[in-house]
Amino acid sequence: MVGYTGKILRINLTEGKITTEPLNMELAKKYLSGRGLGGKMCFDEVGPDVDPLSQENKIFISAGVLTGTNAPTGGRYMVVTKSPLNGAIASSNSGGYWGAQLKFAGWDMVILEGKAVNPQYISILDDKVEIKDAAHLWGQDVYATTAALLEEFGDPKAKVLTIGPAGENLSMNAAIMNDKFRAAGRSGVGAVMGSKNLKAIVCRGTGKVENAKPDDMKKVLRSALAKIKENGVTGQGLPTYGTAILVNIINESGIFPFKNFQDSYDPDADLTSGETMTEKHLIKKDPCFRCPIACGRYNKWKGGEGGGPEYEAVWSFGGDCGVHDYDAIHVANDLCNKLGMDSISAGCTIAVAMELVQRGYIKQEELEGVPLEFGNSQGMVEWTRKMGYAEGALGAKLAAGSYRLAEAYGHPELSMSVKKLDIPAYDPRGIQGHGLQYATNNRGGCHVRGYMVSPEILGLPQKLDKDSLEGKAGWVKIFQDLTAVIDSIGMCLFTSFALGLSDYTEIINAVTGCNYTDEEILQCGERIWNLERLQNLRIGMTKADDTLPKRLLEVPIQSGSSKGSVHRLPELLPAYYSERGWDENGVPTAETLAKLGI
Amino acid sequence: MRVIVKLFATFRDGRFKVREFDFPEETCVLDVIQSLNITPEEIAICYRNGKDAKPDTVLHNDDTLALFPPVGGG
Repeated sequence: MVGYTGKILRINLTEGKITTEPLNMELAKKYLSGRGLGGKMCFDEVGPDVDPLSQENKIFISAGVLTGTNAPTGGRYMVVTKSPLNGAIASSNSGGYWGAQLKFAGWDMVILEGKAVNPQYISILDDKVEIKDAAHLWGQDVYATTAALLEEFGDPKAKVLTIGPAGENLSMNAAIMNDKFRAAGRSGVGAVMGSKNLKAIVCRGTGKVENAKPDDMKKVLRSALAKIKENGVTGQGLPTYGTAILVNIINESGIFPFKNFQDSYDPDADLTSGETMTEKHLIKKDPCFRCPIACGRYNKWKGGEGGGPEYEAVWSFGGDCGVHDYDAIHVANDLCNKLGMDSISAGCTIAVAMELVQRGYIKQEELEGVPLEFGNSQGMVEWTRKMGYAEGALGAKLAAGSYRLAEAYGHPELSMSVKKLDIPAYDPRGIQGHGLQYATNNRGGCHVRGYMVSPEILGLPQKLDKDSLEGKAGWVKIFQDLTAVIDSIGMCLFTSFALGLSDYTEIINAVTGCNYTDEEILQCGERIWNLERLQNLRIGMTKADDTLPKRLLEVPIQSGSSKGSVHRLPELLPAYYSERGWDENGVPTAETLAKLGI
Repeated sequence: MRVIVKLFATFRDGRFKVREFDFPEETCVLDVIQSLNITPEEIAICYRNGKDAKPDTVLHNDDTLALFPPVGGG
């Protein structure tokens, strides 16, 4: 199959050994690449009893089959590993330019095993791969590490993937960063890299990725690009305002979580909206590799400039913390980039800490004189910094993430998370399908594994009543399966606002030379979803883990247009299991697994 | 009757963010958007008091109308 380089780089850090192996094309046909193939290999190679932060865990950095091609947004890669947060298969997706360089260097995947005795980094120049001493980089932030490695490498076209101090400190909120501002953010993947004493991978490739059917590719690209351009979301909304345009939409929809989900409407949300960001902070767009959408922002703020916050970070440090100081939100987001943290979970952890203070569970004497109240922007920024460095007793507790923080104070129910992963910026009480998606998400509280906001709020591909339960189980299943496909080919989820299943199938076939049908491609996604489910089951998760925080099931939203709503999960879950071909306990039946060839 | 109209994204260009209007009884969404030189086709999301509304939805005193063009995801 074209599109794949056919080669995997396996690096054992304990032994300092670098080997290469062929990509298993039979597996690639079934699991594609990226999240799917990486997940399958992680499932097979990392057993259920492995401690995620031990040297027995492995990291599969897995590019997409379309990564490095001229497919629109075809530059993404996945970091797949056993999550230290919850033991699920973590597959954290990132854009930027690093992923394409890996393919240009001739590699579909890098597998990292073992643990280096001392801090190391990896240098990749095509097939010249070296493990190098990183003593001088350990303790450095992402920006300093990136600059130092680019200078040492001596080629400005090289790209750097690195952890920051948060990853070194094994924070559950640690991300793996690339190109300074792009993050494989969720599930604590940065901590796994830190546990291996691996600081960074600098990569430069001089090759290119071919298409099997160049004429077909021209045709399907012309069609896909036209659809992306003509679509209001991908052609106008996201390019003009970035993802923060959602602030007002989600707030007006009454599902903008405020002060750790104590409410779901922020009367002053416009102070931190996409419109306000564009007016006051935007310097220029900052697109990823081969991206015609360019939602990324390069912004300025009081005292600095750099990668601007996405919608999720605007909310996590803004509405979720009751903060309306847009400069402070930018600073906190910049700290996440610099120290290598997931900007969703970092902000959510601060919000949970604020509620623990509000309720008197965190005592004033623990605060070291730094305020930690809702709405205090100065305190929000300083505690974000302390979290990144695990500084002080409370800083170290914050670094363990919101669930472990709340649990340490005897109130885990105050962590607004699913499977210990913080729920992002859409209150499920007022959007039933999306809430079902959170509860059943294999990696936990995540919005990008079945973005039901698209039909339930934006009306794409068709408008659904956000408060209705009708048909939602089926919609969630299809969205989850299609997203698993997009995550497993190296394209950006945002293309799905404009493209449909057939568009992806055509692009995959033009690049690989295969003749997948739409049904076969969607079944790849379903196979990936079910394999991830089997991982959850074999580490001991049960139906009881397919749930939402008690507050979201029992306490109605207090104000805004979704006032009075709770999430009606018990009414949806049986239908979802049935749609999936799982038994009443959420276990895939033998027939389902046989159908999927698992 | 009193109606608050909120505009978002490009709808604000050359118009306003939030404005209070005095409309006659029986005014519907279409009447309001036509007065703002916005066509129904340009609207992706239309909320009356936070709930989906259509061009023929009749407004009432103290209603809030929120209008969005096609925007984005996150």
